[in-house]
Amino acid sequence: MKLLIQNGRVICPETGHDAVADVLIEDGRIAGVGPGLPTGGAGVIDAAGLIVAPGFIDIHVHLREPGFEYAETIESGARAAAAGGFTTICCMPNTNPVNDSTTVTSFIVETARRKAPISVFPIGAITKGSQGEELASIASMVAAGAVAISDDGRPVMNARVIRRAMETARALDIPLIEHCEDLNLSAGGDMHESVDSIRLGLRGIPSASEDVMVARDIILAELTGARYHVAHISTKNAVAMVAFAKQRGLHVTSEATPHHIALDTGAMKPYDSNYKMKPPLRCTHDVNACIDGIVSGAIDCLATDHAPHAGDDKMQEFEKCPFGITGLETALGISLEVLVHSGKISLPRLIALYTSQPARIMGWKDAEARGALKPGYVGDVTIFHPEYPWVYDVKKSESKSSNTPFNGRTFHGGPIMTIVNGQVVWRAPGF
Amino acid sequence: MPKGLLGIEELERSEIEQILERAKVFQPHGGQTFGKVNTCTGRMVVNLFFENSTRTRSSFEIAAKRLGAETMSITASGSSVTKGESLVDTLNTLVAMRPSAIVMRHAASGAPHFLARHLTTPIVNAGDGTHEHPTQALLDARTIMDRCGRLDGLRVAIIGDIAHSRVARSNIHLLAKFGVDIVLCGPPALVPRDLARIATGITIEYDLRRAVQGADVIMMLRVQLERMHEPSMQPGEYFRFYGLRPEHVALANPDAIVMHPGPMNRGREISSEVADSQQSMILNQVENGVSVRMAVLERVLLQ
Repeated sequence: MKLLIQNGRVICPETGHDAVADVLIEDGRIAGVGPGLPTGGAGVIDAAGLIVAPGFIDIHVHLREPGFEYAETIESGARAAAAGGFTTICCMPNTNPVNDSTTVTSFIVETARRKAPISVFPIGAITKGSQGEELASIASMVAAGAVAISDDGRPVMNARVIRRAMETARALDIPLIEHCEDLNLSAGGDMHESVDSIRLGLRGIPSASEDVMVARDIILAELTGARYHVAHISTKNAVAMVAFAKQRGLHVTSEATPHHIALDTGAMKPYDSNYKMKPPLRCTHDVNACIDGIVSGAIDCLATDHAPHAGDDKMQEFEKCPFGITGLETALGISLEVLVHSGKISLPRLIALYTSQPARIMGWKDAEARGALKPGYVGDVTIFHPEYPWVYDVKKSESKSSNTPFNGRTFHGGPIMTIVNGQVVWRAPGF
Repeated sequence: MPKGLLGIEELERSEIEQILERAKVFQPHGGQTFGKVNTCTGRMVVNLFFENSTRTRSSFEIAAKRLGAETMSITASGSSVTKGESLVDTLNTLVAMRPSAIVMRHAASGAPHFLARHLTTPIVNAGDGTHEHPTQALLDARTIMDRCGRLDGLRVAIIGDIAHSRVARSNIHLLAKFGVDIVLCGPPALVPRDLARIATGITIEYDLRRAVQGADVIMMLRVQLERMHEPSMQPGEYFRFYGLRPEHVALANPDAIVMHPGPMNRGREISSEVADSQQSMILNQVENGVSVRMAVLERVLLQ
């Protein structure tokens, strides 16, 4: 089985390649990159005028299966990912039951193998039931296919527990991903603590609730030597602390979501739950600090925190609605707009944020090596257009949920074709 | 789409003035009851109260009846909400019965705003969580104007748990639109500094004596024990530092008035001497509640 992608602008941040060329995928692996590669019986895709990049990776996704299949399944979430140009996603453990055991890890791996058009890697829970008390069966989950640990959505409040979890993660050479939120400071909050929260009579989630936990964790990351990753970073102080930790040579990384760099508190429609997520949309200076963090490298990658919720759950009083918005299908459009079209970063840099950088954080090796167009790497390719205008219509979403603030928004540039192991798994209508 | 009344923040000063003018027409004379005006005959008002309320609900009911409209009141304990129905479904069911307007109180901030986006029937907000209570601010403004003759240029001190008070928010927005000098005062945990930025003309004061100095109006808020999830102040200490007593009123302007939205906790936020004094406008506020709500309902029903 051979696939030849011809004449696209091939950008691979890892190898530094940026020129019009062909990409050959053979037996599910990248076989070569260069100009005028021989067709030699391969299926041919004409990518003239398009960008050809390593397959995009999203290390922060919620798939809701097992337990909340009415909101999303492994299959539907993976299809939405493919439609967003992603070839690899990592799913958070806050399912029901929580992914804190080999049973659930294996179920996700097996279900994904049978039904998902792209690669799905489970992230195991840090603690049993994500209750923050006893460590989960971390080593067993890793043996069953988990690539990282996190209690995303349920921050580990007990510093001693997180210390032991970091020691365990270090021994297993996996990253520990923390949802940084001091629950005492954020208690009952529904949006960013600001003049707007006071005006709307909603309880606030102060930036300090994130800062306090990032500070604690960085100190513990130094103590334990763990690979520590801050999920959905959203505050100015947190970005500064991650930058400081990097300067000191700690294994500290962070991700930002597209919505946290595109929207601030002022962009919220009052009491519209499509603007309700954790961390909340922050102030302008926090948003700018996140963008600056991406430019400077304090923030390593972009991740969507795709968090589908069924319509009924989001059609309630604001304070009753669950946190989270979908994001897989809009990620590229938003990040092109905020980062590239605005002139903040180059196109190759943006691609790095979705490919080589997340791959480095997770540390895929050998047969699983991905995130670059290097011979032997998995044959995943994302083809996209950097400029064409399109309108996001949530009714046509592959996701089972429609909780997004970006419905009806016009983007300039978006995914055209998603290729996994040398197979086209998604293509934009008309291509 | 017919407009309801969701909050004071989005009203123009001129709209507020119209409502207050109209309310004056409805005020009863001497010891009489409210006149029956029957401008809204044939209209149907549903009072939907998801939170307990005696005075606001009865005030709305009397107001609607004086306008000649029919009313029906539903309280959450007797409704399908307790059977697990969602708020949207409850409202859609009511709307299908074609009321002219829905008066709604709900414990969640923004609940009426959320519903207004999905329903065609106008909604009058009778208090949403810790957000707004627009008719309370209107009746307070009517009461101040009755006594002081104006709002512009007055100094109004609002005392208590401002952070969790919908009465305070609506009053702040209304008074700010009239250029009132607003002083907010209470324990620091209940008066966040950012409050000063939600409207113009606001200063924050943590010392009650300084707050009431030279005030024309002192508005007390109820200590909301049911909302005291913030670590703030021991109840005993509260009265000592923020309970309004005659020595505080003496620091205000000689003809200053004292207001309270009720129900009041005597000996917690206000002393009986002050509550029962000549300067206390508490019952005038209740009376104005009916005339102001007549003006609001008429405006909503006759558009």
